[in-house]
Amino acid sequence: MQRSFRHGVHPLEHKEATEHLALERMPFVERYTLPLGQHIGAPAKPIVSPGDRIERGQRVAEPGGFVSTSLHSPVTGRILDIDQHRQGNGQMVAAIHIEADPYSSQQFQGRDPIDPAALSVDEFVAHVQQAGLVGLGGAAFPSHVKYKLPEGKHCERLVINGCECEPYLTCDHRVMVERPAEVLRGVAMLAEKLGATGSWIGVENNKPDGIDALNAHLPAGSNITVSPLPVKYPQGAEKMLINAVFDEEVPAGKLPIDIGIVVNNVGTMACLADYFDHGQPLIERALTVAGSGVDRPANLIVPIGTPIREVLRHCGINHETRQVIMGGPMMGMPLATLDAPVVKGTSGLLAFTDNVVNHPVEYACVRCGQCLEACGNFLNPSRLARLSRAGRYEELEEAFLMDCMECGACTYVCPSSVPIVHLIRAAKLTIRQRKAKNA
Amino acid sequence: MTAPSPNRSPQLLLQSAPFLRRGVTTPKLMTEVIIGMGPIVLAAVYFFGLSAILVILASTAGAVAAEWLLGPGKPRGATLRDGSAILTGIVLALCLPPGIPLWMAFLGGFAGIGLGKLAFGGLGQNLFNPALVGRAFLQAAFPTALTTWSDYGTPSSFFAIRESNFALPFMQAAPDAVTAATPLGLMKFEQQSTALSDLFLGSTAGSLGETSAILIIICGLIMAFRRSFDWRIPVSILVSVAVCSAVIWLFDTARYPPPWAMLTSGGLLFGAVYMATDPVTSPLTPKGVWAFGLGIGLIVVLIRLWGGLPEGVMYAILLGNAATPLIERVTQPRPFGRGSIEQ
Repeated sequence: MQRSFRHGVHPLEHKEATEHLALERMPFVERYTLPLGQHIGAPAKPIVSPGDRIERGQRVAEPGGFVSTSLHSPVTGRILDIDQHRQGNGQMVAAIHIEADPYSSQQFQGRDPIDPAALSVDEFVAHVQQAGLVGLGGAAFPSHVKYKLPEGKHCERLVINGCECEPYLTCDHRVMVERPAEVLRGVAMLAEKLGATGSWIGVENNKPDGIDALNAHLPAGSNITVSPLPVKYPQGAEKMLINAVFDEEVPAGKLPIDIGIVVNNVGTMACLADYFDHGQPLIERALTVAGSGVDRPANLIVPIGTPIREVLRHCGINHETRQVIMGGPMMGMPLATLDAPVVKGTSGLLAFTDNVVNHPVEYACVRCGQCLEACGNFLNPSRLARLSRAGRYEELEEAFLMDCMECGACTYVCPSSVPIVHLIRAAKLTIRQRKAKNA
Repeated sequence: MTAPSPNRSPQLLLQSAPFLRRGVTTPKLMTEVIIGMGPIVLAAVYFFGLSAILVILASTAGAVAAEWLLGPGKPRGATLRDGSAILTGIVLALCLPPGIPLWMAFLGGFAGIGLGKLAFGGLGQNLFNPALVGRAFLQAAFPTALTTWSDYGTPSSFFAIRESNFALPFMQAAPDAVTAATPLGLMKFEQQSTALSDLFLGSTAGSLGETSAILIIICGLIMAFRRSFDWRIPVSILVSVAVCSAVIWLFDTARYPPPWAMLTSGGLLFGAVYMATDPVTSPLTPKGVWAFGLGIGLIVVLIRLWGGLPEGVMYAILLGNAATPLIERVTQPRPFGRGSIEQ
């Protein structure tokens, strides 16, 4: 009997359209856009000027602080401009525009492997920051920050997230099936560097070929364990994953490292191996394109910075598309413009036609309690929504509003279509703004 | 190829995640419960004839009229779409006697929705089960009419409607030619017991919906498996009644009724399955649900054995409703990652 975290929901998986499609490379396009702030933390600072010629994989922006990371050109070409560009959420952000050289073979100029075992921890962390590596699960948190353990903290266990619990998304699945050796090499490197005594790769059991591929490549005597988990959303949330694998709770308001655990995504592990093996920084990523709005769903390897419009055209976007979501359908972000580029945190692009888009009619909350049984954090979402509507912020904090991970399971089950998680996000924002004002 | 113009974004819809919904909606849940009550309604018609249909229609009309006139929906009557007013009307009718004057049934439905629900702010805000508020209102206003039980099967013909159904407002309702005591009345006031087979099949006097135990059990099981309601509520009520009455019965088997008679008679099963399970007026919290059910069961036994009334389900559930906010307050779940040391 495989165990899981308690509560959670079982949305339809919708993975059948792409789960058996091999990763394919997206052809190069004319122009690329690299927003400087596409990771959590301070934006990167450009180190190139308009007109500069650049190579594929060359660094074009350096970290703007410790919690920040580097950016690299996904193509050989020329810097066009550094200006403001409209992001997927409609906001303007600073970005580097690059024109691809149409005559370049776009071959990455690799370098000799670096043996991470020969590096000190600080050198390793600096290398990861050089590589521009971020968590590829969607949050885009700079990886080196996780690897630089806080003073006095130790990492005993490394947990690798291969749950991919969001419906529709299958890119992590394909990475595990097609690149298990790289994933495992990344895990081994990282575990050695962090001093972890064991590593666990949590994979939901709807990816049996992924589990088999990883197990088949496990070296003899390895201290890496592949843990199959029952399918449940939001198992990919790190605290839920830790609970599923070890039956332990990360204390509220604390990080996994506080109980000696570091969590990383499987795709991140493959990129880590790519960087140390042949010097390739994070210039491309795997993502899933699916939904009723595309004729040809696919798992693509896309250069970071490719305009989303081009990716969707490559997959045959339907002219009746009404909604495009970046990420998964449970936590993703609706796009306001298709001119926004693919960024490091883009795990999927889902296009939906009008007949599939939800137009929920809201009814009164009948206090059915289903949201309580869905909440992996054991909160009372119905109460949080009610208090948020009433603007009762002190009571919201007493009801543990800030513990909410915004997974949306409550809203998924709500028969009255109360926008619970939306109300929670709004209340969190107001509370943060008030605190910033008072500080 | 059907690609949009590369220079223009299509009109993109901006919503907030999650974009997937399970697809079970509140009107669907209400409809499910109404359908789940279908066999009970049919049984009422079988046992009590056309009168049953008239009482159900009158009470539902009263509930719908109140929701339409007084409801918060814009445009007027919009809140009728959630289906809860119809459900309240039917549930109320099923706990009324078949010979009740129709105007009273209408008034009960109206008062249930108006006083029991809309006065609190509409669906989801009410403290008490609206159908029970309607019934309590009628019981307080017209105690005789509410306790005049015609024997099942009378009048003999299906189409022969009870005359008392057509009594005019505030004119003394002519009592039925044949009245009968309910099994609980017999038990309490005349120390007679009713055969268990009669209780199970429903060939006893009583309210429209509370006669056949076996039918309510079957419908309840189906609805529990379909997750139309929280199964823990009826289970905890019935367990509580069974245990409490068994303990008391064992003290003096001659004086007190046995637990199986307690479980199958009166409005207990109907109340436990169709009234206490109203989500609005029962606790949200998983632990609170058990406390709610156990408390109701205890009060039912206390009222039936030592109270002034033969039946106590209505007051027991209303008391449970009143205790719900308190129960919820003390049974809030422990959030993930917050041990007993913190908070």
